[in-house]
Amino acid sequence: MSYPETYRYTKEHEWVHLDGNHATVGITEHAQHELGDIVFVDLPQPGTQVTKGHTFGSVESVKAVSDIYAPVSGQVLESNELLSKSPEKLNEDPHGDAWLIKISIASDPAEINALMSAGDYQKYVGAE
Amino acid sequence: MPETSELKRTPLFDVHVASKAKMVDFGGWNMPVQYSGIIEEHNAVRHAAGLFDVSHMGEIDIHGPQAAELTDFVSSNNAGKMKIGQAHYSALLNENGGFIDDILVHRVAPDHFFLCVNSSNQAKDYEHIRAHNRFDAHVDFSSDRYAQFAIQGPKALATLQKLTPVNLSDIKYYWFVDGQVSGAPARIARTGYTGEDGFEIYLPPSEAERIWNEILASGAGFGIKPCGLGARNTLRLEAKMALYGNELTDSINPFEADLAWIVKMDKGDFVGRAALQNALSAGITRKLAGFEMRDRGIGRDGYEILLDGRPAGWVTSGGPSPTLNKNIGLCYLPAEKTAQPGVPIQILIRNTPVNAVTVPTPFYKRPKS
Repeated sequence: MSYPETYRYTKEHEWVHLDGNHATVGITEHAQHELGDIVFVDLPQPGTQVTKGHTFGSVESVKAVSDIYAPVSGQVLESNELLSKSPEKLNEDPHGDAWLIKISIASDPAEINALMSAGDYQKYVGAE
Repeated sequence: MPETSELKRTPLFDVHVASKAKMVDFGGWNMPVQYSGIIEEHNAVRHAAGLFDVSHMGEIDIHGPQAAELTDFVSSNNAGKMKIGQAHYSALLNENGGFIDDILVHRVAPDHFFLCVNSSNQAKDYEHIRAHNRFDAHVDFSSDRYAQFAIQGPKALATLQKLTPVNLSDIKYYWFVDGQVSGAPARIARTGYTGEDGFEIYLPPSEAERIWNEILASGAGFGIKPCGLGARNTLRLEAKMALYGNELTDSINPFEADLAWIVKMDKGDFVGRAALQNALSAGITRKLAGFEMRDRGIGRDGYEILLDGRPAGWVTSGGPSPTLNKNIGLCYLPAEKTAQPGVPIQILIRNTPVNAVTVPTPFYKRPKS
């Protein structure tokens, strides 16, 4: 599995990609693999406030429901419409087209940079 | 990760791990939940064939001159009426008429019955049968003597036929034959837990790995896939087959579970009969029903159900149906709400009521061949 170097990663298996004060959030390749066939994705409406460390939605596989936690605080700008019609895309391209939400961040960018790097995350999931 | 070292293993454990199956703790057994993916495995069973290792299931033999009397006393269906080579679905009930287990009973000989029971209930089942054995019969715990595979799907017969001299087309649904598979002694039953045609075979554990590989090789041209417990669950749910611990518990009786057909009230006394008689006289107040989601969301096991805004039942099993491409489930509701489908209900999904509606069951029925 390859993890983009420009992303930061959480222990709950989300990734975040920072572009100015906008952040894109998704779940990792490891997470989609562990979940198995994803059949339903529940995401917040644009305008919703999300809080770092709190759940903002859920991903359901055939077997189970998993909460998704916000890696940063801020306001939701966009939820990925692709996933309401084609949740299986999350199995196919979790680091790309199947991102979850875009956020206008309220967190300090330094907080985001303090999250795991691609290399650290790979060690983390390897060691878990 | 759970402590895998303490979990029980089937004879196929090394094969599952080597095939990179995802392993889980299932009632104390380290079992494959999926190989290639639940939906892909599910579809293989519906359209081709799937092979399941179900060696965790338990087996109990009842022998002796009064084997039929004992089997009839501890189970709800009419065991004594079965022909040699016939099998049926039945229940072990407690004194309150609740399920101790749901089982398959096979009549091997006039004085020999072979029970296939749920893995997590096997010790309890064995003790229960022994405790009621005031007959000229003896009860053997035989689980260690068998590995069990399920070969299911429209290509199950063609796959298995290449490996056995038994003419499989001659075995009718819910009948079985003691024969051979790949040269090893095998009990071949035309039974299953998927809603498809297929077979469940009972084999010596020492032969399990070899025969597993031969079945996969035999079915390769048909697109057979090894399948895990995840697909087993989605398949049985579509076919509305009950799962112990979900639809069936020690406080649910067969009438509530929509399984009146496995209870033969007029066959003579059996454990639980008096309580069932009382329940019938008083009236059955709750009953199993099928539902499908109307709005976005999936009603999962254990979720509460609201009728007109008030708590009225619970989901026993719920999830996506890969065949129907809908979110379906089974639930207990007040009996008067289950007489006709089409009743609007709400399922409390993470504190939000989401609309669903009751529907006829089974959700899926295989096309007549």
